[in-house]
Amino acid sequence: MPILSGLDALPRVLAALVLVIVAAGIAWWQKVDLERDIGVATVRSFVQLIAIGYILEAVFDTTNPLFIVLILMVMTTIAGYTAGQRGAGVPNARLVAGVAIAAGTLVTLGLLVGLRVFRFEARLIIPIGGMVIGNAMTTCGLVLARLRDEIKTTRTQIEAALALGATPRQSVAGQLRRVLKSGLLPVIDSTKIVGIIQLPGTMTGMILGGATPLAAVQTQIIVLYMLLGAAAFSALATALLGYRGFFSAAYQVQHVPQ
Amino acid sequence: MLDVRHLTYTTVDGTTLLKDISFQVAPKAIVTLMGPSGSGKSTLLRTLNRLNEPAPGTVWLKERDITTIPVVELRRAVGMVFQSAALFDGTVADNVRYGPALLKQRLSDAECVALLAQVGLPAELLERNIGLVSGGQAQRVAFARALANQPSVLLLDEPTSALDPAATLMIEQLVRDLRDRLGLTFVWVTHNVAQARRVSDRTLLLVNGIVADWGDTGHLLDDTHHDLVQRFALGEDVSQLPVQPGGPHANP
Ligand SMILES: Nc1ncnc2c1ncn2[C@@H]1O[C@H](COP(=O)(O)OP(=O)(O)OP(=O)(O)O)[C@@H](O)[C@H]1O
Ligand SMILES: [Mg+2]
Repeated sequence: MPILSGLDALPRVLAALVLVIVAAGIAWWQKVDLERDIGVATVRSFVQLIAIGYILEAVFDTTNPLFIVLILMVMTTIAGYTAGQRGAGVPNARLVAGVAIAAGTLVTLGLLVGLRVFRFEARLIIPIGGMVIGNAMTTCGLVLARLRDEIKTTRTQIEAALALGATPRQSVAGQLRRVLKSGLLPVIDSTKIVGIIQLPGTMTGMILGGATPLAAVQTQIIVLYMLLGAAAFSALATALLGYRGFFSAAYQVQHVPQ
Repeated sequence: MLDVRHLTYTTVDGTTLLKDISFQVAPKAIVTLMGPSGSGKSTLLRTLNRLNEPAPGTVWLKERDITTIPVVELRRAVGMVFQSAALFDGTVADNVRYGPALLKQRLSDAECVALLAQVGLPAELLERNIGLVSGGQAQRVAFARALANQPSVLLLDEPTSALDPAATLMIEQLVRDLRDRLGLTFVWVTHNVAQARRVSDRTLLLVNGIVADWGDTGHLLDDTHHDLVQRFALGEDVSQLPVQPGGPHANP
């Protein structure tokens, strides 16, 4: 099958460009000064997606598991970097995020493959891994940002706890609980209302691709539980790794942004 | 009890906040640290329980270099009360139980009530949420919370600066009382000269991170040789004046 056969829908893509022109028009008319950003976003998304399309076409044919792992690692690194920027102010934010996302992904994908829900094949693992990593990234960024804010605003209480003989972990026990809660609530909420407000991405994609609604629903349920698990695990790992950088070896508060 | 020897403290970004500080705190003494805002009083106090890191060999507790004492043990022996009471969310009882709970000991209601009584608070406050206690009561709860660890030294960082005169006098009475009844030792940061005169045996005047004077409180405030202390007492901005490190009687 020639690779280019996947692009026979290009005229339709170009037709969709009308919508971008409408958006840019609105931005220009309302003077929100975002035309440039819309232009950049449009071109970037086009280039990125076409490029990833070609890469996936090539990658889906490989059977080398090392190659799949390598791709997952690249995705994790980029996700860790992005989430880390969200949590700027947390010491070693990018490293923490990278490790936490990797852990969440490893556990979730490992379980699903181990339980034979998915086979370890590029065409399954890479898009699924992408979803897991992307979701973990969002949660992780949220957790890091909230952690930084909690520690900043409750520094006096934290030092009061340390002054009473608490270890760093004990001194931020309440803070970590709140951070985890706020990091997980969005995922839990969207899992609760799924299908009522909007059809989730996997289902929409499968239905657009011609699958029956019931087949799409089955896959979607697996995906939802998987994302919930990955979010929970990554959030926990982020919180438990993230707070450490705020404390010195002698249990002093350090590196708190002003 | 506490012995500070040539303590110099420099922050991570290289600012020297304390320079060559030396003084001693005898058992059961109340020592006040005075000085203009920004002179380093809080910084100094926080090195005494290692919330700020002192250099090894510069701060000694009962003849032990505090950097060689396990930090949790040190902080249980040297408690601290902050300017804002810094209470934890929850009830008064939650706060009083916090220190022992870190060691998996649960204080009974009777033990909590006894601690509240020590700081002059009634038993019915026990289950009250900390959002519903007054500023003066909150500061007493902070004292009770610190006392629950059975410390031998308490560090006080302007514990009365947010209180009205009546509540302030009650805290002063409480501290003298704790010293007399429990034999506690106090290091008390205050910018209030009258308060230092009322409560302390000895006073250290800190100016720009330097010991500008150190000695018997009454003597410092009354003897005319202690010019800087008296000008500080009169409200002058002494941070602009030249300082003789160690005070007027120090040998250079
Ligand atoms: N971590 C730090 N890094 C740099 N400078 C600091 C740091 N902590 C405190 N300072 C500065 O050191 C100086 C002394 O601060 P400190 O809080 O000890 O003063 P203080 O005598 O307690 O003042 P106040 O009466 O206002 O409480 C201040 O100028 C403060 O801005
Ligand atoms: Mg201060």
